[in-house]
Amino acid sequence: MTTPRDHSVPFNISLVGVGGQGTLLTSDILALAAMHAGFDVKKSEIHGMSQRGGSVISQVRFGTRVFSPIIPDGQSDVLVSFERSEALRWVHLAKPAAKILVNNMERIPVTVSSGLQPPAADMDQRLAARPGLLLLDANPLAEQAGNLRTANVVLVGALSTLVPFDESHWQTAMRERIPPRFLEVNLRAFDLGRAAVG
Amino acid sequence: MTQTKLLSANQAIAWAAYRSGCRVAAAYPGTPSTEIMEHVAEFKGAIDCEWSVNEKVAMEIGVGASLAGVRALVAMKHVGLNVAMDPLMTFTYIGAIGGMVIVNADDPSLHSSQNEQDNRSLAKFAKCILFEPADSQEAYDMVCAGFELSEKYQVPVIVRTTTRTAHTSTLVNIGSGERGEAPAIPYVKDARRNVAIPAHGRLMRVKVEERSAALRELSETSPFNRADPGIGDLGFVASGVAWQYVKEVFPDAPVFKVGLSNPPPIEKIRAFAAGLKRLVVIEESDSVLAEQIRAAGIPVVEPNTELRMMELNPMRLAALRTELLGDPRPDAPAPETGLPTRPPVLCSGCSHRGPFYILSKLKAAVCGDIGCYTLGAAPPLAAMDTCVCMGAAIGTAVGMRKAGLPNKRIAAVMGDSTFFHSGMTGLLDVAYNRIPVTVMVFDNRITAMTGHQENPGSGHTLLGAESPQARVADIARAFGIPRVHEVEPYDLARLETVFTECLDSGEPAVVVVRGPCVLHEKWAGKHINAVDPGKCTACGACFRLGCPAIVRGEPRDAAGKRFQSKIDPMFCTGCNLCAQVCRFDAIAPVQ
Repeated sequence: MTTPRDHSVPFNISLVGVGGQGTLLTSDILALAAMHAGFDVKKSEIHGMSQRGGSVISQVRFGTRVFSPIIPDGQSDVLVSFERSEALRWVHLAKPAAKILVNNMERIPVTVSSGLQPPAADMDQRLAARPGLLLLDANPLAEQAGNLRTANVVLVGALSTLVPFDESHWQTAMRERIPPRFLEVNLRAFDLGRAAVG
Repeated sequence: MTQTKLLSANQAIAWAAYRSGCRVAAAYPGTPSTEIMEHVAEFKGAIDCEWSVNEKVAMEIGVGASLAGVRALVAMKHVGLNVAMDPLMTFTYIGAIGGMVIVNADDPSLHSSQNEQDNRSLAKFAKCILFEPADSQEAYDMVCAGFELSEKYQVPVIVRTTTRTAHTSTLVNIGSGERGEAPAIPYVKDARRNVAIPAHGRLMRVKVEERSAALRELSETSPFNRADPGIGDLGFVASGVAWQYVKEVFPDAPVFKVGLSNPPPIEKIRAFAAGLKRLVVIEESDSVLAEQIRAAGIPVVEPNTELRMMELNPMRLAALRTELLGDPRPDAPAPETGLPTRPPVLCSGCSHRGPFYILSKLKAAVCGDIGCYTLGAAPPLAAMDTCVCMGAAIGTAVGMRKAGLPNKRIAAVMGDSTFFHSGMTGLLDVAYNRIPVTVMVFDNRITAMTGHQENPGSGHTLLGAESPQARVADIARAFGIPRVHEVEPYDLARLETVFTECLDSGEPAVVVVRGPCVLHEKWAGKHINAVDPGKCTACGACFRLGCPAIVRGEPRDAAGKRFQSKIDPMFCTGCNLCAQVCRFDAIAPVQ
């Protein structure tokens, strides 16, 4: 088991995306892995309208003892975004030196496609200005694994290189959380994501 | 051997019910309480559980089970308790026999609700025991304790979760995880105890006050109410998840943790406050505890920092820390600006889109209701005038008609689950009083908003057993509505004809728009559509459907203001509404 540095201050991860992209599965796997690694852990999510294409967020904190389930703004050690513009929407959650892991894809909100609001100006430049940015083409890797819907688990694989758990804890978490018939393709997706940033 | 699991409070509550020997459970779905009953259903052999038609029925089922001597759990969101208050307010007089735990989920910040009412006031009003868990372990422990205390004091017990506790997973020790047995209580027919007529009710009323005195003593000795020592002369009283924020932001301060908060442990708090110069009460949302503590003559500091509205969080408590201790505010970066919003929208292929498009076109006054279809209020459809509470669409439409609204076309719109929940009584009023409004039931045969729960129209129960499918049109006819139509949702011309006929008929009418939820049935049309850029004139008509599959294409003018449309093949379901609104035949099936 990994014996991490001082964890009296929790390690904070925010996961953001668009409803239906699989943020909840991802945060479940992360929180279970933290539990298996021996930490106190809290996983918080708001999912009332999550399936309707809205912006969704979940947060995972682990350490020796975790109180608040909400991560203070600017205190996330890692920000995982399943979509580029959502990364920008939530970037204020991240520490200045945080790793910002982003699936390099964009989903245009209906407010823009219907012409009600202009698209974000300079989105890519603003993201690129972040020193910790890790853009990952998770969708092609998911297709390579065998199913586009495993793009979220590709991101889990990439995230696993940024978090102090042994790989075995991730494997245990995935076996617990993913139905057996989808396990193999998801394990492949995890490995591809892990290799892509490792 | 003890087991530790990572559980949401909703899951932990189901485990606690199982552990406590709970035998009957009933709920109506509502965010953030819905998952409780879905998890109770995992213990279906041990606990008789159901989706009730509404919260009032769920509460009454709990009352009946408790009076029959078994432990009962009922669950609902905060506004659900409004519906169930009638049975609760008299049941609290009669008193529980088998343990009765009511889990009630408040929604500070209105993440998925129409208001932010703080139901702790209702627990006080109903003179019940109230627990406020701060995490999933406490939710588990408080439900277990709640069953026992409910029996000991013959009182209903309310466990108040919030969206944050309900949907946060934390580590929970569930002991052996095995089923426990509740004490057997034989049923005794006892009219003086259980029949609330005035003569009996007056006797019950006196007993309620005796019980309240006993509960005040209980609160003073409950292990859920405890003072944690700390450093300094500034101290806090905190309840529920707010306690976590206090521990996060004021880690060294003395904190009195209130877990059993009605009745509050006033004397314990008085003793705690005696050693302090300043006492601050941190609670989400109303000043329920602070007012009672102050009324007992204990001075409470009222900070200038706004802490009464919306969900608390560590940032808001950091602002309080600055006010109280003068510490500098921690650096928090400002959010990026100039980003388009991403609100939830009706899904591509949603069966509600076509009817709303036509209602918007017909310029009808639309009284809406609670469900996915409330999203029809958002632009570009903007097809809703009012939304109040479950079932309110019909009564509101009747009131508008009686008020003589200049718009002759008045429609009430609700979904099937809402219709069964509390729309039926409104419809009977329409039939009985012959009110010329058109009631439209958008019937997808599922409770979609909260995640596809079964309902009386779906043909299945919570446990998947087959059941008769209540048919809205048959109910309307049985009530005496003279004009009843059933239509399918993807034929715009037909929708327009039927809607116009009903709205202009001058008599009560019901239109049932029947089509499955695309998220639930994974329904898709025979083909998906594409836009022919050679024919698209960038008129923008298809954008006005608000379909997430229709996206901006190339600009068609020099100023870059008008855009052709494109259809994202990943999201198109082939519902074909866009082809029907295109006047230039630019949208056609992909071959």
